[in-house]
Amino acid sequence: MDLIRRSFIAGAAAAALALAAPFATAADRFITVSSTTSTEQSGLFKHLLPVFQARTGIEVRVVALGTGQALDMARRGDADVVFVHDKAAEEKFIAEGFGVKRQEVMYNDFILVGPKSDPAKVAGGKDITEALKAVQTAQAPFVSRGDKSGTHAAELRLWKAAGIDLDAVKGAWYRDTGSGMGPALNTAASMNAYILADRGTWLSFKNRADLTVVVEGDKRLFNQYGVILVNPEKHPHVKKADGQAFIDWVVSAEGQKAIADYKIDGQQLFFPNAAK
Amino acid sequence: MSTITESFLTAGQLIAEADGKLLSIVGLSLQVSLTAVFLAACLGLPIGAAVAVGRFPGRKPLTVILNGMMGLPPVVIGLLVYLLLSRAGPLGPLGLLFTPTAMVIAQVVLITPIIAALSRQIVADAWRDYEEQLRSLGASTPRAALTLLVDTRFSLSTAVLAGLGRAVAEVGAVMIVGGNIDGVTRVMTTSIALETSKGDLPLALALGFILISIVLILNALAHALREWAARRHG
Repeated sequence: MDLIRRSFIAGAAAAALALAAPFATAADRFITVSSTTSTEQSGLFKHLLPVFQARTGIEVRVVALGTGQALDMARRGDADVVFVHDKAAEEKFIAEGFGVKRQEVMYNDFILVGPKSDPAKVAGGKDITEALKAVQTAQAPFVSRGDKSGTHAAELRLWKAAGIDLDAVKGAWYRDTGSGMGPALNTAASMNAYILADRGTWLSFKNRADLTVVVEGDKRLFNQYGVILVNPEKHPHVKKADGQAFIDWVVSAEGQKAIADYKIDGQQLFFPNAAK
Repeated sequence: MSTITESFLTAGQLIAEADGKLLSIVGLSLQVSLTAVFLAACLGLPIGAAVAVGRFPGRKPLTVILNGMMGLPPVVIGLLVYLLLSRAGPLGPLGLLFTPTAMVIAQVVLITPIIAALSRQIVADAWRDYEEQLRSLGASTPRAALTLLVDTRFSLSTAVLAGLGRAVAEVGAVMIVGGNIDGVTRVMTTSIALETSKGDLPLALALGFILISIVLILNALAHALREWAARRHG
């Protein structure tokens, strides 16, 4: 029984050590921001947040999801601030009383990415709806996010604007992947498909294979990001002051400049446009 | 150069550089999973032994359930724990969501059944061999269970290692309850998922190689420890 006692003591000591060791050594003062995969995966937050933390001492913990999921997470009270890009969904969020106020922060644009071989013959076009019609007519493979993200919502709006009823024409050519921007781009790269992407993720995406930008510059490809403080009246534990401090900073001259300064290979990813 | 060769080189380079960021991610992975394994072993071993030795109604269905629960889908457990810990959920006020503690909880739920089911089998086999002997010595059921747990400790360590393997390698649950927050809840598996998302497949695979190496090293250590203990205590 000596062995039992010894192993028990050793076990208990190990447990005490494991449990007592502080898990997060990071700052105690932090806010949780639910945001989109595009802002995280493009590296924007990695560039922005250290500047904000140095200035205010507030650590920002980002959980990156699709816009739809990010808003749902905030609805359950699991975020202090949402930073997303689907105006219609954001306004609905405010109307339901979950958000205090929506402020515009920055924009970039969506692009249609496709194979260099360009089976739908859309490369160089400026009209996104014409391009989508051509893709559908050619039955060229098209990868959709299918995850209720901001980019997915934009894609569905554009199909509608092109006068195409997706439910009626969906076939093997239309691949609904239910995945984030990066995984969807990986899928498109491996099957040489067309895909609507946000420029930020595209610029930082490495596994491009034969894909390239085929359509860009249409006004309807505008991609606006907004920031919202979760309503403390719905969720009293929301860190109102620190959350607001973050919002105030990203729309301030300093925050806006920090956004504009973020570049990959000399290309600016996001364009600040907060209301002065 | 193929992606796989490139990954091997990247992995070597990452290890050689021993970059602080990588070390902290590896450290968090180990801390979360070892804590989870310890807690799961504290729960799973007694449960396994009790089901193996105990005589109570419903023992057979319980065995089947335990065995079945070895295949719990991590995403589902992640979601369940997420909904429990969410501010809108019953344990919301604890504020545990998106912390390493949440990740430990999810992993404990995932691997306790694995350890319990495997240890039940091991103890049951030993019980078949020693039941008469133990009974003739007048051992009570709890006493017999305890004796068998000690007696089969070397085999049981494999059950615990199976739990550790599952915990360290699992991504679905920790992604949901941890949120993959940089510097707070980012572990090896969620880093791999993130780099895959960014299309940096060589880096993702390199991290994968490092993870596999860590699991191998842990197993080698456990094996060495077991050999050493077996020599000392027979």
